[in-house]
Amino acid sequence: MWSNSVLVNIVRFITLILVQVLLLNHVNFLGYINPYIYPLFILIFPLKGNKGLLIFLSFILGLTIDMFEDSGGVHAAASVFIAWIRPVVLKYSFGVSYKLNTLKISTAPLSKQIIYIIIMVFFHHMMLFSMEIFNVNHILLILKSTLFSGIFSTIIMVISILLFSRKNI
Amino acid sequence: MQQIIFFFVRNKYFLLFALLFFISFVLTINSHTYHKSKVVTSANFLSGGIYSIKSSITDYFDLHQQNMTLTEENNRLRTLLFNSGMMDSEMALDSMVLDSNYTFVTAQVINNSYSKTKNNLTLNRGSNDSLKIDMGVISPQGVVGIVVSLSKNYASVQSILNSNSQVVAKFKKSNHFGTLVWDGKQPNIVQLIEIPRLASVVLGDTIVTDGKSTIFPPGIMIGKVHNFDRNEGDDYYDINIELFTDMTSVKHVYLVSQRDAPEIKELEKTVEDVEQ
Repeated sequence: MWSNSVLVNIVRFITLILVQVLLLNHVNFLGYINPYIYPLFILIFPLKGNKGLLIFLSFILGLTIDMFEDSGGVHAAASVFIAWIRPVVLKYSFGVSYKLNTLKISTAPLSKQIIYIIIMVFFHHMMLFSMEIFNVNHILLILKSTLFSGIFSTIIMVISILLFSRKNI
Repeated sequence: MQQIIFFFVRNKYFLLFALLFFISFVLTINSHTYHKSKVVTSANFLSGGIYSIKSSITDYFDLHQQNMTLTEENNRLRTLLFNSGMMDSEMALDSMVLDSNYTFVTAQVINNSYSKTKNNLTLNRGSNDSLKIDMGVISPQGVVGIVVSLSKNYASVQSILNSNSQVVAKFKKSNHFGTLVWDGKQPNIVQLIEIPRLASVVLGDTIVTDGKSTIFPPGIMIGKVHNFDRNEGDDYYDINIELFTDMTSVKHVYLVSQRDAPEIKELEKTVEDVEQ
């Protein structure tokens, strides 16, 4: 069981990176809006999993995306940040019960899932675009990019959770 | 001592986060300031390899348009060649090869971005194809960018659509020169700054590269004046330039190297050292 979960996460890690760099980075909807799906790895990382491992894996995930995009370390910073705040957001969106073994993200009520995704995506994108643009004068551009990309990313993540969740297990 | 260990154990996740965040932050700052010392770039075997597989599939989709662009360029060059009278003597061709100051290498763009504020391209040539950092990259229609990092088989190029990018450019008609920068807004409009108010600017004026920087040869097309503006009392114009190159669909590019570039740079460096 344990090795199965590790395998699933490895496959998910690679698939999300490939989908991100080969498909979603080239959407350029309305000229500048690109959705980001790779944070989904951090969002649905096993709830009981090691926190330190998650932070480290998020760093590797972000850095790989940065390598493909030539963007320095902006994705790594954003990923590490949401990996670190994940327990707080989980507690806020699902209540303390997430620490018990009963909860699975894919079986929680949809509204709670969406709130969780929206909060995480918002923090991720905010951090990402602030680091990427890195200029206080462009604060409006940062907020605009966060909002539009964020809506797009949230929709894509909700759809992929709905499509790929295994309710029967 | 025990307290320090307890502190580390209690805050180990925060400390790990802080360390990794700090590393990412340094990498980010690094990419914003010293563009030539980038640590993580797409010019490596993993991302380069994946991008060239992707490119070998998606190349077919805009083949028609790329052919048109190349044919147009051939047409323009042929016109030049026939009208210069060099066509009939093969000797001229030989001596040109021996004596040419500028040499060109062809390459294909395997990854391109234009929607961020700092855009980069990846090319399928690297140091094995005798590419060097700081080589200029041009497309059939005009300027594309500058090589900033290399691996054996791939090169990463700082696009002209990058807020760090600075290219010396001048008016074709009058030799007034300024610096070409990008404000990050539209992928076909760049800004030409530091053009003195003495210069006469007319809508549609052609802007070309200036030979001063040793990166691009003089006279490579850049774009034409889209609109311009000068506040009362300002000494310089703000000019928007519409690029000739369609940066959203650039595929076949040439890399330029100048034989005399190291010599010129060395000379300029000695002069700077003396002045300091």
